[in-house]
Amino acid sequence: MSVDPATVRHIARLARIAVSDAEVAALAPELSNILGWIEELQEVDVAGVEPMTVVIPNRLRLRDDVVTDGNRQAEILANAPLAEHGFFAVPKVIE
Amino acid sequence: MSALTELGVAAIRDGVRDGTFSAREVAEGFVAAIESARGLNAFVVETPEHALAAADEADKARAAGALKPLSGVPLGIKDLFCTKGVQTTAGSRILEGYKPVYDATVSANLFAAGAGMLGKLNMDEFAMGSSNETSGYGPVLSPWRRNDGGNVSLTPGGSSGGSAAAVAARLAPGVTGTDTGGSIRQPAAFTGIAGVKPTYGRCSRYGIVAFASSLDQAGPMARDVRDCAILLEAMAGFDPKDSTSLQLDVPKWEANLAADVRGRRIGIPKEYRIDGVPAEIDAAWEQGIAWLRDAGAQIVEVSLPHTKYALPAYYIIAPAEASSNLARYDGVRYGLRVQPAQGGLQDMYEATRAAGFGPEVKRRIMIGTYVLSAGFYDAYFNQAQKVRALISRDFERAWESCDLLLTPTAPSAAFGLGEKSADPIAMYLNDVFAVPASLAGLPAISVPAGLDAQGLPLGLQIIGKALDEQGVLDAALALEERAGFTHRAEAWW
Repeated sequence: MSVDPATVRHIARLARIAVSDAEVAALAPELSNILGWIEELQEVDVAGVEPMTVVIPNRLRLRDDVVTDGNRQAEILANAPLAEHGFFAVPKVIE
Repeated sequence: MSALTELGVAAIRDGVRDGTFSAREVAEGFVAAIESARGLNAFVVETPEHALAAADEADKARAAGALKPLSGVPLGIKDLFCTKGVQTTAGSRILEGYKPVYDATVSANLFAAGAGMLGKLNMDEFAMGSSNETSGYGPVLSPWRRNDGGNVSLTPGGSSGGSAAAVAARLAPGVTGTDTGGSIRQPAAFTGIAGVKPTYGRCSRYGIVAFASSLDQAGPMARDVRDCAILLEAMAGFDPKDSTSLQLDVPKWEANLAADVRGRRIGIPKEYRIDGVPAEIDAAWEQGIAWLRDAGAQIVEVSLPHTKYALPAYYIIAPAEASSNLARYDGVRYGLRVQPAQGGLQDMYEATRAAGFGPEVKRRIMIGTYVLSAGFYDAYFNQAQKVRALISRDFERAWESCDLLLTPTAPSAAFGLGEKSADPIAMYLNDVFAVPASLAGLPAISVPAGLDAQGLPLGLQIIGKALDEQGVLDAALALEERAGFTHRAEAWW
């Protein structure tokens, strides 16, 4: 599967990673190479096979409906690049 | 070099218990070894104070008759495990300076068992790599060198490269690693040590920086099988904070360890004989087969027909899961933030991630994003999940005629830094023998089998049925006893 520069830019946007023109030029063949390799999977006959979504049969537990955590604002903000008035601070979002 | 650094986990635990030496002496010995081994770049952060404090606690506990399972044992912790108050980077610059406010469950389990922490171990960035060359903190240099008199720097393997190097260089008697597609087993093979990936769900993933959630598993790496069993017992166990954690008691793997494989059927999967793999790998495999046959096991050829699709399936599923797991590194709540002047929120996300992630991580996030994107999800991700089901089914069928599988761990010995960096796929092929067991969630171990012609370690892998860590450990012990691997890397650092 060949990816062109426009596709690379589209994927980069979805992944929220800024890419320079030079990076796009380098990534297109790299990604095409990897995607070409994984194309092999298309030859496998998967008729009637369910996608594997659980590794070891294990039912998803429910837990008791009790509060077990909270009141840890300072800890939660401890690693924030920017925190103000007890909130994570981010640039103003302009719609 | 202190004689105490020659000791493994069991010997240290028992020596402290018996009063042969103090825990303090042990910790001091390893701290000194680490100081003189900085050339290996195995540690991102050293925490001697943590190890010494735990040692003092152990010495007090001994005096009070209140020893814990790992009292006196100092360990290295892979930098993928959150450790409260101690920098945790996952080998990435995007988490430089990040100090978790909590311990990973596995970290907490080890500390509660009395173990001390010598430091956080270097690794491939976000566990994505097989050589520790993608680390944002520089590569780890293997303690091993080829016997050709040259001084080419070799990789210790990856992603748990720092972990493997630390054990092999006697900087820690045991360490934690994680294995998503071979990241414990392959470095163990490259450095001549033992490493275990348990059944998926045995060890809690809470507090382990997530790479691929359906594949990630914590496990021990140490000099021998018994030490791995001891560490795994301390690490494993049900955790309500991990929804994929198995609600099962931790078996007494150490106490029940027995190198008895009489009557066990050992499967040799024919699809693991691959063209182009060096003859020495095959020779080591044949040697392992002979050892187990000699030990009374029955050798059976089996077929795992979808083996060759395991790597491509893995390189769809793992990047897809990673693209989701790494979406959280956006500069908002923790880690690096890059705020372009005149830029808004989206610019902050894009600039932060561009600056903070290395090229391999970006590649994998993009592959993952692509295979999950509209129009491609079915052809790629769903297809890979179905192939995964077939790979798992191959193992189920194999268990009808055998109890355990024996394979090489890696398709080569350790290679030189930079040797496989040109083509990402060449690097991915390192995990050809490891990935199938990861996709199927099965327990697997690597043990050293011998050295190749260049004096570098080669490892053998045992894969077992889900939840049969005991069978895996026992067969590995049988191999270990017959291999008599006492080789060690000569200190060049």
